[in-house]
Amino acid sequence: MTELADRIKHVIDDEPVALFMKGTPQMVMCGNSHRALEALRRAEAPVTTVDILPDPAIRQELSAQSGWPTIPQVFVRGELVGGADICEELEASGALERTLEEKLGPGYRESREEKVVSVL
Amino acid sequence: MTYLGMRADDTSRTVERLEPLLQDAFPDATEVSVVDRTGTGDHFHVTVASSRFDGLSLVDQHRLVYEALSEPLADGTIHELRITTRGVK
Repeated sequence: MTELADRIKHVIDDEPVALFMKGTPQMVMCGNSHRALEALRRAEAPVTTVDILPDPAIRQELSAQSGWPTIPQVFVRGELVGGADICEELEASGALERTLEEKLGPGYRESREEKVVSVL
Repeated sequence: MTYLGMRADDTSRTVERLEPLLQDAFPDATEVSVVDRTGTGDHFHVTVASSRFDGLSLVDQHRLVYEALSEPLADGTIHELRITTRGVK
């Protein structure tokens, strides 16, 4: 496994909620990344974001690992939740918060923060 | 296909290319729609209702749609894709 693949895998596996997006929470570069981030914010999730724009290899390796062709991609405890459409749909029905409670514990909102990490 | 100078009839041709791919993948579908969101022939919202989705998670439902549209996704025809899926049960 390349170092990049390894670092992506670590983010997916180790971060409670990982959001691979275009840009950062401070400067979102794509409407769909914005939609996913906002759904996670409404659910009051702790979010660790990775900007995929600095190197096309990030997106290639991420999609190879997840089998998901588009950006954004949201993972909770290592499991792919989906892209922007699914996050919005799950948030609107309350299912996103239930998933977060199940996987991160009922007190997940207390650890709420937005982190930016690099995989390069 | 070129993006520069794309005409309105080219964009409707793209919609006409995507619909059969979905109908082939979901032959029992009770609904298949492809909407060109921006009128530029590369941002689409597809909606599919099919029994193939019954019992599947949303991730797996959307995976089936991505699979059906893998070619136009890979060759850059689809720049952005929104997906709505429904089972029939």
